[in-house]
Amino acid sequence: MKQVFPLIALAFFATVPLWLQDQYYLHTLVVAGIFMLAAMSLNLLLGYTGQLSLGHVAFFGIGAYVSALTSLGFSLSIFGVQITHEPWPPFIGLILGALAAGLCGYLIGKLAFRVRGAYFVIVTISFAEVVRLVSLNWVELTNGPLALPGIPPLTLGFDWTGYVTLWGKAQNYYLVLVFIALAYVLIKRLVQSPYGRAMIALRENETLAVSVGISVTKYLVLAAIFSGALAGLAGGLYAHYIQIIDPMIFMFLNTVTMVIMVITGGKGTLAGPIVGGLIFGLAPVVLRNYVGPEVQWILYGVLMILIVFVLPEGIVPAIERWFNRKAKPGRKDGSAAGGKAADRETGQGGSTLALASSGKVNS
Amino acid sequence: MLEIKNLVCRYGKVTALEGISLKVPEKQLVVLVGANGAGKSTTLRAISGIVPAASGQIIFDGEDITGMAAGKILAKGIAHCPEGRRVFGQMTVLENLEIGAYLRRDPKEISEDLDRVLEQFPRLAERRKQVAGTLSGGEQQMLAIGRSMMSRPRLIMFDEPSLGLAPNIVEQTFSIIQGIREAGTTVMMVEQNAFAALDMCDYAYLLEAGSMVLEGKGEELIKNPHVREAYLGAGVHA
Repeated sequence: MKQVFPLIALAFFATVPLWLQDQYYLHTLVVAGIFMLAAMSLNLLLGYTGQLSLGHVAFFGIGAYVSALTSLGFSLSIFGVQITHEPWPPFIGLILGALAAGLCGYLIGKLAFRVRGAYFVIVTISFAEVVRLVSLNWVELTNGPLALPGIPPLTLGFDWTGYVTLWGKAQNYYLVLVFIALAYVLIKRLVQSPYGRAMIALRENETLAVSVGISVTKYLVLAAIFSGALAGLAGGLYAHYIQIIDPMIFMFLNTVTMVIMVITGGKGTLAGPIVGGLIFGLAPVVLRNYVGPEVQWILYGVLMILIVFVLPEGIVPAIERWFNRKAKPGRKDGSAAGGKAADRETGQGGSTLALASSGKVNS
Repeated sequence: MLEIKNLVCRYGKVTALEGISLKVPEKQLVVLVGANGAGKSTTLRAISGIVPAASGQIIFDGEDITGMAAGKILAKGIAHCPEGRRVFGQMTVLENLEIGAYLRRDPKEISEDLDRVLEQFPRLAERRKQVAGTLSGGEQQMLAIGRSMMSRPRLIMFDEPSLGLAPNIVEQTFSIIQGIREAGTTVMMVEQNAFAALDMCDYAYLLEAGSMVLEGKGEELIKNPHVREAYLGAGVHA
């Protein structure tokens, strides 16, 4: 059941453009999907290594700007040296955007993981603010508050297949869907690998993790690189879909949206950011149909508080637990048998564990 | 096997260890006793590379391991079973044991060791799929010990193995530690339960405020009037 559920969800979402005629809703789903990707990347840091990045939008924005500038081209002079970049295909921009964001993830990781906890949060906030100010003031490169308009949409294909330019909503919808599916599989494999184990171990108990030989910095930096690159990719998708970006992309609210998606959906679960992303990506639009704009955001807030209060671990873990309880009704803990087992242990205590001395140590 | 020479450790401006020296001979059980804040845990942490040494030397098997990364020290054969929360609460019993072998790259032997640990602790075998946080305190201690064994150490360091456990479980834990020593692994243990620790050890050191004040065989320390007064509470352990 648990294995097929993601496939069922994928199949369902693949059919959406076939029956959803309203282009505005489709647009909402595309944007929600892009933020879902960003939330999935945040989940890697927040959910699996336990580090709260409150500057996550920086990676998103850097991905967006790098991708946009790569495909638009630019010309600027630094210290008298004229640098001109001719436009490249958007797809290359997308990749470069992800790489640039990943590199920033590496730098932030290296710097910030020396300081942990609250300090890490502050460093990430500051990082996002610095990047925002740069995008606002480096007018020659970013056009500042005048925005970067006319970003070309993504073009897919090869010389031998012909090219498709993704102008339509449905096309972009499928593109984002494919990326979400890919990211899901990738994160799943990462989390279930020894690397993922090490990250979870760090989140659970750092001292203990160190005592079994896990290198803290290595894994936190690794998570930051992955997380940054994925957020950058989401940003690139956003830039080519919306086709215009400005420094508002670095709004703190965008980070908060990602954090909300992860926490309400269930941090540290694979499906959490997707479920949270669906709810909080669609909630504003759905609410708009029923209530005035003043009430919308209040309801949004109430919804969030309710979820956090009723399901503090998030929606996905709550559903999982409910399923497990249904699956094994009336399961006992076997505490009756426990006493005997304990006696057995005591009896064997003296002769325990000859293996320690039997082998050599492997490095 | 392990020798510490004039080890100094500082947390910021506070000096936790003021130049201690000790020796842990092969296949013996050496105990470090002392009050809260005397520097016992710091000593173990310095040995396993979690806390840096300000000066002094830590020598393991003739090799200077001072300042080595924690992972390297573990790979050399020193396992550290830290105090407090002993297991990864949200991982299963099996995952906890597997992560104990984290640095090893010999899957076949790892799975042999895993089977052996599960055989030794039938209670863990029964609950291998259970999330470790739901185990009882005693079971968690078993799991922590099992996990330490999974790195195939030659020296295991236990930090307060009796902390927070019911009296009968404490006894059981100590007998397991005895068993480990009898099987030929060197053990170093930090313990507040001074009487039990001194009773079972080969050699003991007494730390007070970051300095080594006394050393000797377990029974010698038990008879020592200073130890009796300060740590054993005269007459309690009749």
